[in-house]
Amino acid sequence: MQKNYFLGKLFALLILSAALVLMGTLLGSMGASWNLSETDQTVLFDIRLPRSLGAYLAGALLGLAGGIAQSLFRNPLADPYLLGSASGALLGVGGILCFAYLGNSWLEIIGLNGGAFLGALFGVMASLLLAGGYRSSLRLLLSGVVISVILGAANSLFTFIRPDLFQSIQSFMLGNTTLLNWPGVEIMAIALLICLLISVIISPVLDALSLGENTARTLGLPLDQLRLILIGILALATGCAVAQTGLVAFVGLAAPHLVRKFSGGRQRVQLLFSSLGGGILLLSSDLIARTLFAPIEIPVGVVTAVLGGLYLLILLRRTSLGVRS
Amino acid sequence: MKTCQLTVYRGPCAILSDLNIDIPQGKWTSIIGPNGAGKSSLLQAMAGLLKWDGSITIDKVHLSAFTPKDLAKKIAWLDQGSSNSEEFDDFFSVYDTVMLGRIPHQGWLHLPSDADHISVESALQQTDAWHLRHRPLQQLSGGERQRVLLARMLAVDSDILLMDEPLANLDPPHQSDFLKWQGDLLTQGKTLVTVLHEIHFALRADHLVMLSKGKLHFQGSNQDPRTHQALIELFDGRIRLEKLGDDWVALPK
Repeated sequence: MQKNYFLGKLFALLILSAALVLMGTLLGSMGASWNLSETDQTVLFDIRLPRSLGAYLAGALLGLAGGIAQSLFRNPLADPYLLGSASGALLGVGGILCFAYLGNSWLEIIGLNGGAFLGALFGVMASLLLAGGYRSSLRLLLSGVVISVILGAANSLFTFIRPDLFQSIQSFMLGNTTLLNWPGVEIMAIALLICLLISVIISPVLDALSLGENTARTLGLPLDQLRLILIGILALATGCAVAQTGLVAFVGLAAPHLVRKFSGGRQRVQLLFSSLGGGILLLSSDLIARTLFAPIEIPVGVVTAVLGGLYLLILLRRTSLGVRS
Repeated sequence: MKTCQLTVYRGPCAILSDLNIDIPQGKWTSIIGPNGAGKSSLLQAMAGLLKWDGSITIDKVHLSAFTPKDLAKKIAWLDQGSSNSEEFDDFFSVYDTVMLGRIPHQGWLHLPSDADHISVESALQQTDAWHLRHRPLQQLSGGERQRVLLARMLAVDSDILLMDEPLANLDPPHQSDFLKWQGDLLTQGKTLVTVLHEIHFALRADHLVMLSKGKLHFQGSNQDPRTHQALIELFDGRIRLEKLGDDWVALPK
């Protein structure tokens, strides 16, 4: 019985995703049209389709990262953006951009994606270290903010050193889907596949953590290793998304909450649905960003920041965080 | 199960030292002592959760010789009254919670087999929680939650069951249910170890281990008058024991 429900829900989410991608592809700054000339086709397949798919995949990566972070740290406010991993990833991107001219061969090998991954890993580790663990929501939230500010300052230093990079770093900071292209889509698709596969396989450890750390240990689970793997996936997903679209706030926070009731509690389903939900959220935000003031586009990061910020406020009220921490 | 010269550490400091304890196989052993005597720590050390020196053996096999998975199948551990204070709300169901107890028996994908479903059902029936199976664990009352957690421990189907305050939050009818299925488990040949604050329940156990300030105070059978004497000393003579029917009860003096 439960299985059928699951398939139905999965199907509904996939249909919605497909519909949004289609809409994103057809809807242009000139309005939608069905009569395609040659140039229109080029626009469609080389600009709008990769952009829509890319926005969806980036959202899915962020949604998955948020889902993992919340379940792993048993913390409703854990999110790649709030944990400092996103700003870490941004610093990685900024660093790579800044020093690329040196022509250092290993910088080239690492590339933007690698730099973002390392930065994300560093950001989340630093936040955890500063918060002295992940038990207290408030401490984690605050240290995430502190880390984000410090890493953001480091990033500003990069733009100070290299004023010529100001524009591209700025666009990363705002969150931007206009630069998405096919190679980026491929990288995100591969990363999403890897991350989803691994996290779905080891998700029972997240279920077991609901019984408390000690009980999970007595079930014979290699908790420390699995936790490291999950943090690695978190950083990989965040890094990949940030390297393509820049800082997109709150998708990772909102997606897991929105699907939680819907997914019925098992982490395997929860993570999968968080990911699909994240994709749907970011792509819808992108559509809003493109159409709200058409033909002028606003950066999608602005839209998610406004919507997500409101959502975070509602969440804070509901969980009465100040009392508990 | 035996411990020899056992010293248990929590962080850098030793909280239990020099313990030589015999836990008879196939019997019910109860660990008692005043607050802070180290009862829970002893249980956690036996479950492999704390660092320790000395030796803990099961059937003469050293505890560290087991792989984590084999140890998980051999020993099940129940955490003490984990209250529902987590701010993370999820909708993880009672049935799935009890299924977690089957993790040691499952492969790397953790897909439940028919045997797993059968054992989860019988564990939930045993603790009178089968009717709760579709409810989210987080929405249950303290007593209901405790019964589900007991079922989770039973689902492991291990030979040795370590229970830290298993009666916490249970109402009297479920307390007597608990005693009843303790009896059932003993007839199945399981070894039971409980940490109990209720002295009259502890006195139902076959074997009593008394801890005081991180040391062994006394261990002996429940019918032995010396055990009773030691029990009164353990609580500074502030309790008295009376026989009521077949059972012993402890009353404040």
